[in-house]
Formats: sequence, structure tokens, C-alpha cells
Amino acid sequence: MSAARELPAAEMPELPLLSVDGLSKFYGARLGCIDVGFDLYPGEVLAIVGESGSGKSTLLSLLSGRLAPSAGRIRYRMRDGELRNVLGLTEAERRLLMRTDWGFVHQDPAQGLRMAVSAGANVGERLMAVGQRHYGDIRATATDWLGRVEIDSDRIDDAPRAFSGGMRQRLQIARNLVTHPRLVFMDEPTGGLDVSVQARLLDLLRGLVDDLGLSVVIVTHDLAVARLISHRLMVMRQGRVIEAGLTDQVLDDPREPYTQLLVSSVLQV
Amino acid sequence: MNAPLTSGYNFAYLDEQTKRMIRRAILKAIAIPGYQVPFASREMPMPYGWGTGGVQVTAAVLGADDTLKVIDQGSDDTTNAVSIRKFFEKTAGVATTTVTSEATVIQTRHRIPETPLKEDQILVYQVPIPEPLRFLEPRETETRTMHALEEYGLMHVKLYEDIARHGHIATTYAYPVKVAGRYLMDPSPTPRFDNPKMHQSPALQLFGAGREKRIYAVPPYTDVVSLDFEDHPFEVNKFDKPCALCGAEGVYLDEVILDDRGGRMFVCSDTDHCETRRADGNRGEMSPDSSENRP
Repeated sequence: MSAARELPAAEMPELPLLSVDGLSKFYGARLGCIDVGFDLYPGEVLAIVGESGSGKSTLLSLLSGRLAPSAGRIRYRMRDGELRNVLGLTEAERRLLMRTDWGFVHQDPAQGLRMAVSAGANVGERLMAVGQRHYGDIRATATDWLGRVEIDSDRIDDAPRAFSGGMRQRLQIARNLVTHPRLVFMDEPTGGLDVSVQARLLDLLRGLVDDLGLSVVIVTHDLAVARLISHRLMVMRQGRVIEAGLTDQVLDDPREPYTQLLVSSVLQV
Repeated sequence: MNAPLTSGYNFAYLDEQTKRMIRRAILKAIAIPGYQVPFASREMPMPYGWGTGGVQVTAAVLGADDTLKVIDQGSDDTTNAVSIRKFFEKTAGVATTTVTSEATVIQTRHRIPETPLKEDQILVYQVPIPEPLRFLEPRETETRTMHALEEYGLMHVKLYEDIARHGHIATTYAYPVKVAGRYLMDPSPTPRFDNPKMHQSPALQLFGAGREKRIYAVPPYTDVVSLDFEDHPFEVNKFDKPCALCGAEGVYLDEVILDDRGGRMFVCSDTDHCETRRADGNRGEMSPDSSENRP
């Protein structure tokens, strides 16, 4: 388990892509998450781990603008290089960002896909949403992307209903990456898949993240997934970030008792 | 405006307050072409799906000196058309006609008359489902946001699916259009053959959806553009033969089954247009009095 990933130091850019501080969410009197802050740099993969109810999904919803925070600030560096307050964007700007520069991979592909339309249309939807109106081009791009996520091109006209769980998840990834986003949020992307399919998906994700220089915020309860894919790690418990650092550092030498417990709870085969 | 004393109804069935409410919705709809304006749709003495929306709009715009024409699938003499025409004869006492050029208000289901409309005419459509995005996005809150932010990529997903499955855009009716370069609009279940007639039409076009409680409009001389792809441009339905009764070409035809041995004929869907042409001496290949068929 020493396959953790390192950013080449020379390529380490100076300016963060996403900058978060003091992010909190309360559901009435109940705590969702409190005082979360971090910087995410271009090409960096940040994993958020923790047990169920630790606030990691809440955090992801806040980051991706699907939920309004009670307090805190989220800033994102737009393509023009300007760092802008995501919470201050108009709904139109936010939705445009969501379908061009950002991606969101759901745990359940049925949430992120249109199950009733073909794989090609699923991949092409974002292209059409940003104004592409040439059928042949859209189809060629869709075919290319299906190939990149290892789906046979003769399945392009099949609906995702006819796909296996692993294929659906790969299709969802292709659908998100087709507009070349710079930041992708992933919510347990390997959840519900069996281990061999998980391994293949992780392999694919690693390749895509490297090729495209993607920044990723990935939520997972599976430390092995975090180990394989992420550069940095945040451990959450009861809505707070209790430990953060380089993935290898946190997993090999956990400081907090809870992290130690988490690491030692992983079954060894 | 008093109704004929014998009828016992207010003029055009609806009370004046209701008509004012509908007129306000219509004015707003005209001010924002293609935008669906909610209105307090009333129960009408007919079932939903029979044109309750169109009837309410017609009742609101009808005046005592108007001449009403009602068509259903292009025909003046189907049950629906006859019933609605009688309804307004009885409740409003207005003159009715089947001749397109004589009518000032035309209520229609599924067709736009072949005879070009004029500036002093109002075309009222009966609309079953006003939301063009409905079958792609079931949430009303979401479709409203999509309209507000002009996010219409999803509509092209449907057209993409058509081409992927059939090799061409197979949507033949309720073909989505963009009105005045802004709002995506369902032209009601008219065949796409009629879409070009909506573009820059001199007549005012009003759309009423009774069950869905929406009114929308295309003001005169407004751009109405059918959606398409650059490499799969919009085309109207084409027919191999002219009308079998009047020989008209470039009109929308209905298929009529003649027997159980595969016999069929294609005739004008617009009955007024067909009758006018026959009265002018035009003949098709299956006209009873055409030279070939004469005994």
C-alpha cells in the first residue's frame, strides 16, 4: 500500500484553484460541519475520509454549491485567473460553472446520468448545453470519450439502463469530463462496485487525472481508495477536520487517536 | 356586452371577472413571447383534453362582432370542432364560419390553416402539455429555472436521440421552437409541417392549456425558429402525392384507409382548403367527378 501519489515539485503551481475557509453548516441545531478550511491546487487530488455521519457529504455538497453554507467562504480561480467568491455568483454563473468547469460524480450513477437516453447523448449533453449544434461533431466527441473510459463504441446508442454498474460509473465520468473541467467532485465513486471493478475504475481515474491535470475533491470512507488516488487527505469526525496532511503521512503515521483507529480498522487480506 | 336573452349565460359563458383575469394573462404572454404565464384556469363544461384552455382563451378574446371558426385536426366537421362552435353560438351568439379568410378568431387543435392568415385574425391553440422540456425534465421548479436561465441544451439531447435512433429528427409533431430568440416553446401538437407558418405570421397566436393552467403567445411578426443541428437541418414533412380530392401540393395530408385490402388515399387535412379548391374546379386523382373516375 505504498502506491500513494506525489506531485512533481517542479510543477507545483503557486496559486490555489479552490480556497476554502471557515466553512460551516448547521441543520437547525444539528451540526453538519464546522470551520473547514483548505486550499486545493491545480492537479491536486484531495480525499475527505471519515465514517458515516462525519459531515463529509455535507462538505462536498457545500463545496459544489448544492447546499448553502451557514458560514464561511469558498473562492474559486476562474479561467481568467481571478479568484472569485463562489457563493456570490449568480445562479446562472454557478450553473454554467457546474456544467463547464466543474464536474460532479455521484455515488449512484442513476443520479448523475439520464437513464432513459443513450450513452452518446449522456456524454453529449454538456456539449449541447454549451452551444454545440453539430450532430457529427458531438457524436465523434462522445465516441472518443467512451473509448477513453473503456466503453466499446458500439454501445454508444444503448441506454445506461443496459449497462453494468461499473460501466455506468465510467459513463458518468466521461459525461463529466467531456467539457474538460478543471475541478471534479466525487462522492464515493467506487461505492457499490465489487473490488475488481473498483480497481479498474481507480486505475482509469488515476490515468485521467494525470492526463488532464484535474483537481479532484473525493469523498470516500475507503482508505484504500484514498491511498491510491489522493495526494492529500482530510480526516473528518463529527463535522470537524481532525487531521489533514499528505496521504502517506496521515495513513502511515496517524497522529489523532481516531485516525489511528480508522487506519487500524482496515481489514488486511 | 349582453348575451342573447334566451341563453341564460353571460356573454361567451365565462363571467366578466374571469375574462379579465384571462386577458391579463394573455397581455403578459404577448409582452413576453413564448413565456408560459400561469392563470387561474376554470372548470369548463367539457373534459380536460378537449380544449378547455383554448375555449377559455377564445371566450376571453371574443367580441360580439367576431366571426369564429373552429378546427380539429384541420377539419371543421369533427365532433370537437362542431361542439365548440355550437358552444359559442349558444353562449355568445357570435357568427361562425368554416371559411378561414372570413374568420376573425380561429380556435384550432393540431393544425394551422393552409390559407395564409392575416393581421386581423387571432389563432387560438388548444395545448395539452405546454412545457416542451417536460418529458426530459419532470420537475417544474427545474424547468422554470431552465427557462429563466435560457438553458436549453437538454432539448437538443432529445433531437440527438432521434437522429441516433432513426437517422433523422423523427419528431413530427410538437416540434420545439425558439420564439423571438429567447424562449423555448412547444407549438402544441401541430405537425412540424406547420412550424414555418408560425414564423413572422401576421396573425396573433395564442396558446391555452386548461389542465396545466398556462397561457403563452406569439405576437404578430415574431421570429419562430425550429431547433435543429447544423448537419441535420429542420425539414417539413414531405408527401409523395398531391391531395387525392383536390390535387393540392405542398399541403398537409391525412391518410384515409379505404378498405381492408390496403387501399388508401391521402387527402388535405384542412377541409376548408380542400373544399375551396374543389369549388374552384381543381380535381385530384380520386375525386368522384374527375375525368378518370367517371363511369
